[in-house]
Amino acid sequence: MIAAADHDVILKLEDVSKVYSGTVAVKRANFEVRKGAVNVLVGENGAGKSTLMKIIAGVEQPTLGRILLEGEEVSFSSSGDAVKRGIGMVFQELNLFGNLTVAENIFATREITNRFRKIDSRKQERRAAEFLERLEAGIRPDMLVEDLRIGQQQLVEIAKAVSLDARILIMDEPTSALSAAEVEILFKVIADLKARGVAIVYISHRLGELIRIGDYITVLRDGRITGQEKMKNVDTQWIVRQMIGSDAKDFAKADGHVPGDEIFRAEDICLPRVTGGLAVDHVSLSLRAGEILGIYGLMGAGRSELFDCIMGRHGHATGTIFIAGKKVKERDTTRRIRRGLALIPEDRQREGLVSILSVATNLTLASLSRFVRLFHIRSAKENQAVAQMVRELAIKVADPAQEVSSLSGGNQQKVVIGKALLTGPKVLLMDEPSRGIDVGAKADVFRTMRKLSRDGLGILFATSDLDEVMALSDRIAVMSNGKLTGMFDRAEATEAALVAASALGHGPVPHTENTAHD
Amino acid sequence: MTDIPAKASVASASSGSVLLTLMKARTFIALIAVLIFFSIAAPNFLSAANLILMSKHVALNAFLAMGMTFVIITGGIDLSVGSIVGLCGMVAGYLVLNGIDLQVGYTIYFNVFEIALITLAVGILIGAVNGLLITRLNVAPFIATLGVLYVARGLALLSSDGRTFPNLVGKPDLGTTGFGFLGAGRLLGLPVSIWILVVVALGAAYLAKYTPLGRHIFAVGGNERAARISGVRVNMVKMFVYMFSGFCAAIVGLIISSELMASHPATGESFELNAIAAAVLGGTSMSGGRGTIGGTIVGAFVIGILSDGLVMMGVSSFWQMVIKGLVIIVAVVVDQAQRRLQSRVTLMQMAKAG
Repeated sequence: MIAAADHDVILKLEDVSKVYSGTVAVKRANFEVRKGAVNVLVGENGAGKSTLMKIIAGVEQPTLGRILLEGEEVSFSSSGDAVKRGIGMVFQELNLFGNLTVAENIFATREITNRFRKIDSRKQERRAAEFLERLEAGIRPDMLVEDLRIGQQQLVEIAKAVSLDARILIMDEPTSALSAAEVEILFKVIADLKARGVAIVYISHRLGELIRIGDYITVLRDGRITGQEKMKNVDTQWIVRQMIGSDAKDFAKADGHVPGDEIFRAEDICLPRVTGGLAVDHVSLSLRAGEILGIYGLMGAGRSELFDCIMGRHGHATGTIFIAGKKVKERDTTRRIRRGLALIPEDRQREGLVSILSVATNLTLASLSRFVRLFHIRSAKENQAVAQMVRELAIKVADPAQEVSSLSGGNQQKVVIGKALLTGPKVLLMDEPSRGIDVGAKADVFRTMRKLSRDGLGILFATSDLDEVMALSDRIAVMSNGKLTGMFDRAEATEAALVAASALGHGPVPHTENTAHD
Repeated sequence: MTDIPAKASVASASSGSVLLTLMKARTFIALIAVLIFFSIAAPNFLSAANLILMSKHVALNAFLAMGMTFVIITGGIDLSVGSIVGLCGMVAGYLVLNGIDLQVGYTIYFNVFEIALITLAVGILIGAVNGLLITRLNVAPFIATLGVLYVARGLALLSSDGRTFPNLVGKPDLGTTGFGFLGAGRLLGLPVSIWILVVVALGAAYLAKYTPLGRHIFAVGGNERAARISGVRVNMVKMFVYMFSGFCAAIVGLIISSELMASHPATGESFELNAIAAAVLGGTSMSGGRGTIGGTIVGAFVIGILSDGLVMMGVSSFWQMVIKGLVIIVAVVVDQAQRRLQSRVTLMQMAKAG
């Protein structure tokens, strides 16, 4: 093992800036990537990490500044250029073709051909199998990517990047969809690459992970680099301070208000799964006004599906729901929203926002009837409501007429929340409300949740983050394999009990294969 | 604003935005360009009679293009409009000539107003069939409306066995006279069809901008899933746009048969393509979520004036097709260039500001 100080700089960014419509993503960044080491990059969402990496990987071109590869100035006009120079990247968004096999994906654009320019599928699959073997994922190279679950797709993406034999390998949140066991395997692969002298750039929000595997750390805030250190010299407090400019904001504290009467009850909710069995299996729960009920569970435990059933998104779901004691007979989303239900979906891009429309249009999309006289939208009233929401939720936007896609992730999430709040809900369903947003925006979201519960809203929120569910909930429900497997008061809940309950749904026979899946 | 570099940067940024404004107004500029070109190249082009004649031609395409614009904004397409034009013309013609035989020795004749209402209802109904196929049976819009294109055209031909309904003057004793008013009548010196266009266009533009339904049309085209979760009744919105498209096509069917005082079952063939062209020329995005009624109307005028002007210049109809195709392609290329330039101008301004 070489001493940390001896790691050579292989790639250097000098005074690099990148400007997008709506935001200056990176401002005069100086960044060094060292050989045979894990170079960690950390920062809030919208701090510019992904942009910086896309510049290195040739996906984006810097507006200003120079890139030096082994001391020589280079400019990549496409990711193909960067790959030729030995730079590979695992993207945050999966860049896979669902309709092609795993092997075809791994060798996309670099197909192995025989003498007659015909693709040699067998050889491709054999080579792909070697890479997949190292990731111990149990993925066959001839499987279609769309048949894999999201964590496995992530592993394919990683295998693809590893197969490039890159000198510099960028990993943008590679663990966001992986199970704990898969993360361990990934770390083994990273250690192996490191030993072979590969420079790894590693981006993640999970601070624990970073401290464990990083050798060097660079912190970005608002597009500027605010700190560069050897990992062994820093601790979590230091990282958070660099990231948000002050010490860690804790989860918003409970204010001790007493929840009111029952505002929402679900009885016997069932949702059949396409492949047989039940995605939501006879779930009943009750929620009081001003209460935050956390629903903890692993990925695929049926939390999102439960929310979908409550919102009336599945015609074939069974069970009844009550709002303030009255049975909800309406079966469609539109009328359930009118009855006082609102959902903040897990996937902002696909389900939360209409990205080509403006911030204002998105905010009022679900509540237009509030601003309408007869059939005419009264702009003055609408603008007033938009301005109020922007202020209340501290959405950072210069002009609400701006396209919502020009905002950072955290601000987009606030727009989704604002849209739900404008409908005047009694019960708010929040599916992973803090997913993919930075520490600062998370704190804002949690504060908003506290405030809403104080105002008497019932909040159901689903999460797979133990700290979050422990810190925010008044009560905690645990789901596993579609079933409700535990219900704890905050006082009596322990992490161990929650984790135990989250595995109960799979019955007495342990399915090692299925625990993470379903 | 005291130092010179700041002034220079403002100047360069604003020169970028001048070009941008020009590109944004490209359809309008194209309109003015064809007007100027033909007023020089074609004698009599600017005469009042010719202008009115041209706008009557344009109006037909403009109706269809407006319906098409809403459909395209939701991310769909309506290929059946040309056939609806033909079928609705036949319905009107049949009712004027034959009335409805009740099979018990009586035949009901309708007056012209009632005939117009029935014909519009038929157009809306066919639109509803499109909408039901797309929303309930999940047929892709392209296929659903392609099927309806053939069915409606076939029904139009069947209704008269392929013959024309001639001489739709009507009989005074049956109260069916006056059918020619829609196509040939005038109010305050302008053809009736132009007035109808103005009313429908203003209504559509208002709908797009100031009503929840209009917002929902854009939301559905921008992101259908998100719209659904926000409580937008996506199926109702889609039903509406196809029914509106059918309504517009029925108007065109009425106007054409009224102008000719005859209904021919092949009327309206390939009209759908002109309508799509006008919408695209007016800045409607085929991927959904973007488009305006005003832009579409201007687009329809560019296409209409171009073809009428070329006819007046005596350009062969084969060349006309080539030219029309080129104009559409250029329009889309400029559209793309504008998007790119727009983002670059904003970027430059931002980079300089911060």
